Amino acid sequence: MNGYWGLIWKQFFKSRMNRCALIIVSALFFVALLAPWLTSYEPNQYDLDSILLTPSSQHWMGTDDQGRDVMARLIYGSRISLSVGFVAVGIYVLIGIFVGALAGYYGGWWDMVISRAIEVMLCFPTFFLILAVLAFLGPSIYNIMIVIGVTQWTGIARLVRGEFLKLREREFVQASEVMGAGDFWIMWKHLLPNALAPVLVSAMFGVADAILTETSLSFLGFGVPPQIPSWGSVLSQAQNYMDIAWWLALAPGLAIFVTITAYNIVGEGLRDAVDPHLK
Amino acid sequence: MLRYLTRRLLLLIPTFIGITLITFVVIRLAPGDPAAMKLQAAQGTISSDRAALEVIAQTRKLYGLDQPISVQYISWVKRVLTFDFGDSYKDHRPVLEKIAEALPITLLLNVITLFIIYVIAIPWGVFSALSPNSVLDRLSALILFILYSLPSFWIAILLIVYLGGGDHWNLFPIAGLMSDGAEKLPWHGQLLNVLWHLVLPVLCLTYGGFSFLARFSRATLLEVIQQDFVRTAYAKGLSRFRVMVHHAFRNALIPQLTLLGTLLPSLLGGSVIIEQIFSIPGMGRLGFEAVLSRDYPVVMAIATISALLTLVSLLLSDLLYLCVDPRIRFERKGK
Repeated sequence: MNGYWGLIWKQFFKSRMNRCALIIVSALFFVALLAPWLTSYEPNQYDLDSILLTPSSQHWMGTDDQGRDVMARLIYGSRISLSVGFVAVGIYVLIGIFVGALAGYYGGWWDMVISRAIEVMLCFPTFFLILAVLAFLGPSIYNIMIVIGVTQWTGIARLVRGEFLKLREREFVQASEVMGAGDFWIMWKHLLPNALAPVLVSAMFGVADAILTETSLSFLGFGVPPQIPSWGSVLSQAQNYMDIAWWLALAPGLAIFVTITAYNIVGEGLRDAVDPHLK
Repeated sequence: MLRYLTRRLLLLIPTFIGITLITFVVIRLAPGDPAAMKLQAAQGTISSDRAALEVIAQTRKLYGLDQPISVQYISWVKRVLTFDFGDSYKDHRPVLEKIAEALPITLLLNVITLFIIYVIAIPWGVFSALSPNSVLDRLSALILFILYSLPSFWIAILLIVYLGGGDHWNLFPIAGLMSDGAEKLPWHGQLLNVLWHLVLPVLCLTYGGFSFLARFSRATLLEVIQQDFVRTAYAKGLSRFRVMVHHAFRNALIPQLTLLGTLLPSLLGGSVIIEQIFSIPGMGRLGFEAVLSRDYPVVMAIATISALLTLVSLLLSDLLYLCVDPRIRFERKGK
């Protein structure tokens, strides 16, 4: 591997911690993808004969108050968390790049208006805003993705704006301009590739954040509808049976913790690889 | 300086309009009509359909819901400017009164939290920056990383299970701010009782911010240490202690100060999830319950007030920056 991205990857793979985190991240993908093959239980299969069983060889992580297999619920729950994480971040990365590019490239009025919009979004208590919108629109996984996507774009927008402002004064951009390249061509071919690495870093942390937001919302009962298994809702259920069923609280919490940690480590490793100065 | 300030203050106006506009739009997105909701709550007391419709019309008129949406917006903004947020739909008490009850509780909780965070995190960060990449520094990095990624609501639940009764230790109360009957205690007894109730929530609120700040202060100090003026200070023969305290540390404090400015809003907003888990009647819980019961005036008031406070504290932190760091001048240096 050569070139800019090759160098970044090389730097990234030097650290054992980064490699481990990347393995966990990819393993989680496979868990979500292969969910039906990883467990023989259905996540919603009620079995009132086996309520609140302690972890055993049949139920590795025990069962909940309706006799559902906790591990099956967590495995299927990873689908919810990961898809919310990636789609939500995907939405706001696109919005952020678009808005930030306009502000950074054209400056002037564009920059003025967009900077105001960013300030407005920054001022809102985001979690509360998300909660209110979800309460009004109704809890669904798509609504969560959209609301997170629409409210969290400011970080990426500021990043892209800053990079574009810096880059557009450089000689290679001027050269391209002199040769008659259009605005779109310059942004797409010259500016964006150079600004992409920090965006990727920010997106990695963003996925961890979005997963945390989704689990918090599900925990409060504002996330996915209750019949769909989600890490947050399993944990929220656990609250009622904590005295007698410790495994109900332990397993989903660990799942959330490991996932978030892995994404944060990957983000951090990428950041150090992209900008060694920050280390 | 004066030019910068006036420009900055003038720019607050469009931002303020944006904030009120978004709040208003979000509330109007809501499908449920509060008038109809009120009726549902009062069902059974009304005999016929016609009477029901009449009640709806009356309620709509009372809250101005029968007017065009632009008129509603303008009259609402007018009232916001005079800090009149109306009455709660739920119990008809003035919204400001409800906020005035919740705010001191959240403030108490968060001031204690913030104090603990700063007192532990800055020395921690400084010490690990003094010998970067030593065994101790690596260990501390690992601990901070783990703390940073632990979801606070999970920790809250585990703390409640293991320290708050149940089959395990019963060390701390798990809900509310005071035990029943604590009002009869003398003032120091009451204080102790409240502090005792605050231990677990404060613990849950502290560790995340603490790990963030410790990492942040380590990074800023490391960056300052690499600067030329630090090398110059060493070169003229100053002791390590003097260089660290007088030259490096003071400069590393600048970003910390501005961070404090940005933390102010969360100080007042409260944590929805922690206040909910520990049943603390602060701003977070007030907001959560208002959202649940579609108490629009309360939701709107909380969103607007916190957004405005954030706006003010962003401005303050910029000005603070200007005061402590003479290198920064906001005057435009041409284009």
